[in-house]
Amino acid sequence: MKYDMILAGVGGQGVLSIAAAIGLAAVGEGLHLKQAEVHGMSQRGGAVQSHLRIADRPIHSDLISEGQADMLLSLEPMETLRYVPFLAPDGVIVADRAPVLNIPNYPDLDAVLAALRQFPRVHLLDATAMAQELRNARASNMVLLGAASLFLPLEASALEAAIAQLFGRKGEAVVSKNVEAFRAGRSVIQPA
Amino acid sequence: MTAFVPLGNEALAQGALDAGLSGVYAYPGTPSTEITEYIQRSPEAQARGVTSAWAANEKTAMEAALGMSYAGKRAMVCMKHVGLNVAADPFMNSAFTGVHGGLVYAIADDPSMHSSQNEQDSRFFAKFALIPAIEPSNQQEAYDAAFYAFALSEQHEIPVMVRMTTRLSHSRADVRRREPLAQNVLSLPRNLLQFVLLPAIARRKYADLLAKQDEFVADSEASPFNRYEDRPDTSLGILACGISYNYLMENFPEGCPHPVLKIGQYPLPRTLVARLVEVCDQVLVLEEGMPLVEEMLRGYPFDGGKVHGRLDGYLPRAGELNPTLVARALGREDSRPRFEVPSIVAERPPQLCQGCPHADTYRALNEALESYSKGRVFSDIGCYTLGALPPFNAINSCVDMGASVTMAKGAADAGLVPAVAVIGDSTFSHSGITGLLDAVNARSPLTVIIMDNLTTAMTGGQESAGQGHLEAIALGLGVEEEHVRVITPLPRQHQANVRVISEELAYEGVSVIVARRECIETAKRKRKG
Repeated sequence: MKYDMILAGVGGQGVLSIAAAIGLAAVGEGLHLKQAEVHGMSQRGGAVQSHLRIADRPIHSDLISEGQADMLLSLEPMETLRYVPFLAPDGVIVADRAPVLNIPNYPDLDAVLAALRQFPRVHLLDATAMAQELRNARASNMVLLGAASLFLPLEASALEAAIAQLFGRKGEAVVSKNVEAFRAGRSVIQPA
Repeated sequence: MTAFVPLGNEALAQGALDAGLSGVYAYPGTPSTEITEYIQRSPEAQARGVTSAWAANEKTAMEAALGMSYAGKRAMVCMKHVGLNVAADPFMNSAFTGVHGGLVYAIADDPSMHSSQNEQDSRFFAKFALIPAIEPSNQQEAYDAAFYAFALSEQHEIPVMVRMTTRLSHSRADVRRREPLAQNVLSLPRNLLQFVLLPAIARRKYADLLAKQDEFVADSEASPFNRYEDRPDTSLGILACGISYNYLMENFPEGCPHPVLKIGQYPLPRTLVARLVEVCDQVLVLEEGMPLVEEMLRGYPFDGGKVHGRLDGYLPRAGELNPTLVARALGREDSRPRFEVPSIVAERPPQLCQGCPHADTYRALNEALESYSKGRVFSDIGCYTLGALPPFNAINSCVDMGASVTMAKGAADAGLVPAVAVIGDSTFSHSGITGLLDAVNARSPLTVIIMDNLTTAMTGGQESAGQGHLEAIALGLGVEEEHVRVITPLPRQHQANVRVISEELAYEGVSVIVARRECIETAKRKRKG
């Protein structure tokens, strides 16, 4: 088993928390993991991405080859499109519809969403809105992780345990809010 | 034992701790910062009393580490590649003095310049200084490299470089730890003149260093970081340095059919390299950074066309490698059609945060400069360098740490008056102070704005060495009291700030304006606790 994914978003959105949760779950299951992160200048509101690879055998490269990613998981619609060269022909896209409008020349959102719908296996969801409905606006990343979990080679219980481990330091209330967001995301899409 | 899944930087840090580290010295800089931060946060390091404070700059850090080595203990210095330029003086000369306690220089290069001004390759520096260097290919090797480098350092009484690159520094994988070693006890060098580089002694030390070179090569031949993998298809041989070995293997899931020489320790193992070149018809050199090994193998001007790499277009001349580029060089690229990035996708460069104090300072500075011609603001390295981009378009230079003050002085000397320097509090502490002294001594007409956000923000909020002393430093250097001003960069202070800056621009001597407001990111983190 080998599963390669690109995580995308804008600096500050919580890309690395998703990566950390998947990483903890994978290692907890005894799988091998490699996960390349972006630190430094891009974290100031720029485009950020993480390459995350899990497998039941040792993994060589920290970076995924173009055309090889099983999933592109993105917190922002336009950022999703930036990394499509990494996606395998049968790879799946899971992305939030809500744009981050911190640049003056953001393209027409309808055109962005239309471009996304061209891909064979794409699941767009309103993760930001769902997180706000749950009164946990910062948890859109956990909503997305929940949606993505339907495709990952990891048990939902392992991912929930990882979320508990990740947020445990912040108390039980924060853990249950994030698990709630995860479950909301998991219930919202039907895997194709 | 719980799983240990560190970044490459964290693996190196834990390795150093487990190898009996007594002190880490560093100035923050991407991609090296997490090595020191990991040790600062480690309960094990605290329990063992490991020294781990940030230094004013890379040179002071390296000298302090050399002092710890003099006293017999194991020390590590961490910096980014361009930081080694700042520390080049102690770096080169410590190869002459040699060490007493083990001394490791952890240098993190940033090919593709993700967060840097250039992409220089620190392996050249190791070669220049004639010291051994270890280049781990993965997180486990980064951990193991610490043990190995400290042992090598003490065996040969020589500092050893561990060269990291961005991808390894900032990528996680599982790592197995070893039994920790005890720290060294305090002891002095047997020869108390070992560190005295008077010419007569330095000449002897240089002869010693040259004499050690054959031993370093012999170590490389037997090193666990260098490995000759014999395989049948000798139409091609591949020499893969550091992390590029992984990109190579990624392209051969069923195993590479060609002989491979994996390189992780320098100087190069001559016998192993000669074997690869002799046995194989063609040789492809994969190295992250500049074509150091490729140039050596080509042996100018007798290149028989056998060696390939970055110098003949098999691989790009600049930038970091990845598995796709290596696939192309091997002629093994995946031929399936690739999704393309739609043309509507816009660039999203990094930018100053909403509410950043630097933004308020730039708005005030831009307004104060409206009556002058453009192109007179020299700046420096930090978050505030983003002031070069729209909507501010506020600065005209970013070269190296501290160059804002000295370049503004030179331009003012040439007649560009007023000239302005914009520098952060941490960068000022790092390398701005001596330049300001030059300006005071020359009475140069210069306005220095110190953007004091009370932290080293760009690298994640480390303490800044000059914190709380900036006005005292300016006064102590001889800046006149009435021209040391403090402003608070807030929207409601805008008019007052424009006035202060305008007054100092009009003064034909050295002014220092401290624009002080805490970084909103560090303030946020403090509130959260």
